[in-house]
Amino acid sequence: MTPALSIEGVWKYYGDYPALRDVSFHVDPGACLALLGRNGAGKTTLLRILGGLSKAARGRVLILGEDARAGATRQRIGILGHGIGVYEELSAFENLQLFGELYGVVDARRTATEWLERTGLDRVRDGLVREFSRGMRQRLAIARCFLHQPSLLLLDEPFTALDDRAIAVLQELLESTLGRGGTIVMSTHQLREALELATDVALINRGKLAYRGPRTWEMLEDPGWLYRHYGDA
Amino acid sequence: MKFLRRTLAVAAKDLRSEIRSKEAVNASVSFALVILLLFSFAFDLEPEEIREIAGGLLWLIFAFAGTLILNRSFARELVNDCLDALLASPISGAELFLGKCLANYVLIIIVECISLPFFAIFYDVRLPHLGLLFVVMLLGTWGITVIGTMFSAMTVNLRLRELMLPTLVYPMLIPALLGAIQLSRVLITNGRLADNFIWFRILVAFDVIFTILALALVEIVLVG
Repeated sequence: MTPALSIEGVWKYYGDYPALRDVSFHVDPGACLALLGRNGAGKTTLLRILGGLSKAARGRVLILGEDARAGATRQRIGILGHGIGVYEELSAFENLQLFGELYGVVDARRTATEWLERTGLDRVRDGLVREFSRGMRQRLAIARCFLHQPSLLLLDEPFTALDDRAIAVLQELLESTLGRGGTIVMSTHQLREALELATDVALINRGKLAYRGPRTWEMLEDPGWLYRHYGDA
Repeated sequence: MKFLRRTLAVAAKDLRSEIRSKEAVNASVSFALVILLLFSFAFDLEPEEIREIAGGLLWLIFAFAGTLILNRSFARELVNDCLDALLASPISGAELFLGKCLANYVLIIIVECISLPFFAIFYDVRLPHLGLLFVVMLLGTWGITVIGTMFSAMTVNLRLRELMLPTLVYPMLIPALLGAIQLSRVLITNGRLADNFIWFRILVAFDVIFTILALALVEIVLVG
C-alpha cells in the first residue's frame, strides 16, 4: 500500500540554523496524525514542505507516491495554515469560485454555493470579506480548504482562535474526511482535542523527530505524558 | 485550455481587487500627473527641444508610475497569506505569473492612457502617429510588466521591497526603455521610422526573451 505521505531524511535550514534535522516517517492512508511539539520545534516548517510551499534542503517527500509540487498531488491536498488564505476585496462567493476554478472543480459556481450553505455563509454570499467578522472569515477559510474534497489535509493549528461555530464545522468536516478514507496531518498545541481525533502521533523536538507511533490511551488520559517522556520538560 | 482558464482567473481576481480598492491605480495616476506637472514647470524649453526629449520623459514617467502598480502585485497576496493558498493550489508558477502579468499590464496601460493626454497638453506636444505610438506603448509596457512582475515576486518577502523593486527593475529595463524611447521620439518628431526599425526589433526581442525566461524561472522564484 502506498503511504499517504512519506518523508525520508528531510533537512531544512534557515540560514545556518537547521529547523528540521533528518526527519523520516510515513503516514498510512486513513490515518490522522497529530504533529506535536513546542513553539519553534519545526512543525510549521514540516507542514509547509509537505504542502509544497517550501523545499527541503535535503531528503525526499512523497505525497500519495508523487512529488509534493506536482499539480496532480496538490489537487488532492487541502491546507489550512495560520492565514485564512482568502481575499479581502472579493466576496465570499467570488473567493470560493476562484479557488474552485484553480482546483479544477467541475462546476465551481455550484460548488461555491454549496459550501457557503454548508458553512452558514449563504446569507452573506456577496458580502466582501473585509466586512466579515473573524468567525465568518474562519468558516470561509475552512470552506476554501475543503471545497475540492481533498484526500490529504494538512492543518496547522486548525482550532486556534476558532469560534464555537467554526470549531463545530471543522470537526464535522474532519470526521467526514476520515470517514471517506482521507488522511489528516494536524499540528496543534491543543493536545486533548488533537489526541481525541488522532490515530497516530509524531513529536518534533528542536527539529528532530522525538517520537512517532500510534496514539495510546496513556496519551489520551494524560496529554502531557508524551512531552514528559520524549520532549523537553 | 486549463492553462488559459487558470491564468484568466488570476488576472480577473487581481483586476477585481484593484477596481474595488483602487489603491495602486490611484497612487500611480496621481504620481504620473504630479511628475508631468512638475517637469513642465522645471524646464523652460523650446518646442523643438521638448519634442526631442518627449520620448524619454514619457517613458520615465511610465516606468516610475508602473512601478507603483508592480509593487502591489505580489504584495497584495501577503494579506491573509493568500500567496500560500495560491501556491498550495494546483496552479503552476507560469499560470500564476502570467495571470498577474495580464492584470498588471491592463492597469499600467490604463495609467498610460490617462497620462498621455495630460502629457500632450502640459508640454504642448502634438502626437501625429497616435496609433503607432500606442503600439510602442503596448510593446514597451509588456517589457516593463514582465520584468516588474518577476521582481515583484522575488522581492515580495523583503522588508524594503518598495525600494528594492525599482532598484532591481530599472537597470534590467534599459534595453526595453531605450527602444521605446527612441521609437516614441521618432514618432513624436515625425522622423523616419524605417531608419529606426532596429529599436522595434530590440523591443520585440526583449519582450519575447524575458517572457520565456520569466515563465521558466518563476516556479523557482516562488517556491525555491
